[in-house]
Amino acid sequence: MSQKLNTLIESASQTAGPYVHIGLMPTYAGNAGYYDEEIGTTPFLDEGNAKGEIVEIVGSVFDGTGWAMRDALIESWQCDASGLFAGAEGSDPAFTGHCRFAADADSGEFTLRTVKPAPTTGRGGVKLAPHISLWVVARGINIGLQTRIYFEDEDNSNDPLLNRIEQRPRVDTLIAKKTGDGKYRFDIRLQGAGETVFLDI
Amino acid sequence: MSIPNTPPKSGGYIPRDRNWQPDALTPPYKTSIKRSPQSALLSFPSTLSEETSPVFGHHLLGELDNDLIHNYAQAGESAIGPRIIVHGRVLDELGRGVPGALLEFWQANAGGRYRHKKESYLAPLDPNFGGCGRTITGEDGSYEFRTIQPGPYPWPNGMNDWRPAHIHFSIFGHGFAQRLITQMYFEGDPHIKLCPIVGILKTQAAIDALTAPLDMNRTVPMDSRAFKFDIVLRGQRQTYFENRKEGL
Repeated sequence: MSQKLNTLIESASQTAGPYVHIGLMPTYAGNAGYYDEEIGTTPFLDEGNAKGEIVEIVGSVFDGTGWAMRDALIESWQCDASGLFAGAEGSDPAFTGHCRFAADADSGEFTLRTVKPAPTTGRGGVKLAPHISLWVVARGINIGLQTRIYFEDEDNSNDPLLNRIEQRPRVDTLIAKKTGDGKYRFDIRLQGAGETVFLDI
Repeated sequence: MSIPNTPPKSGGYIPRDRNWQPDALTPPYKTSIKRSPQSALLSFPSTLSEETSPVFGHHLLGELDNDLIHNYAQAGESAIGPRIIVHGRVLDELGRGVPGALLEFWQANAGGRYRHKKESYLAPLDPNFGGCGRTITGEDGSYEFRTIQPGPYPWPNGMNDWRPAHIHFSIFGHGFAQRLITQMYFEGDPHIKLCPIVGILKTQAAIDALTAPLDMNRTVPMDSRAFKFDIVLRGQRQTYFENRKEGL
């Protein structure tokens, strides 16, 4: 017998369920005014003074039948236009980098209005192409799905995460397509043809 | 303050144990069938994007955010149902308390009815119960809130499926990689072993770890019973001294 490690194991995940918005987006659930300040309704503290380019990313979360889900909730987390995350010295005081958003109940489309992130530096000094981390939860999703948004009009050729994707056509599922000035489209497909790359990270 | 003898950052979070965590595809929970990826997840070492997290200060919280008995009630009123305290600690896998963690929780009322515009169960709403709250852990990772014990409710999965009484939890640790949503169940609830959503858990140990025992030591006599619910987040491969409290 050896000694015991005495480490704990992460609490098991459970689905966010159909009523996740009650807890995380009360206004969306029809309970406006529940809190004085709702978390993550925008990644801006002061949009007018935020540094960098403001972009709008529109998309849907599709299930395996091609249906745009109405009950998904997404969180984004990213650095600012200088490549710094909120809390780091010198990061943009007008920007938190965190946003919560949900698909519109009628159209099934979400919009993320945010700052276009700068490249960051990864392990060993490797440059990471600009990206936004996403975390997707909903009824039927047993553990939150992690993925990333990259941008069509950035140089993604040396990004180490994208380069790890063996099936090259699947890289495309992480790239937001430019649809106009400061406008992008990023759809998330949970299953089947064009299935988004999800991460264990 | 610099600390001598600090080991170098080895960095990163301990990988999720996907043999312990539920699979994406769990057919008895029907909605998972078309909402589960079929391709393998792409494994990649965490970067700053996962090792940092939004930071939420106490200034965010309203006075009644951790009191669901009163935070939606009319003045002088309170929610109907068994009055309980839920308390516990947020720990990481190395057993360290996680301070400054934002917990958000939501639940049905005593009759199993949610206050959500898309919910249609015939049990009535409680005019004095909204069903959500939030709090931030203390220096030792501890938290508590008061609420009413939620009721079980039926849901359209099998012909006669009922969810056990449960409270949903959403937790922010110090890194986006620790982001977790889970559910707390109540000790002794006979619905637990029948539920397809509980049934996605792979071991009795995983179910037990989400089941809160009655904690008579923390009851308030003639006022509220108490349940204890500890939550474990992924561990970060750093020494304690490097584990800064503000999310970076």
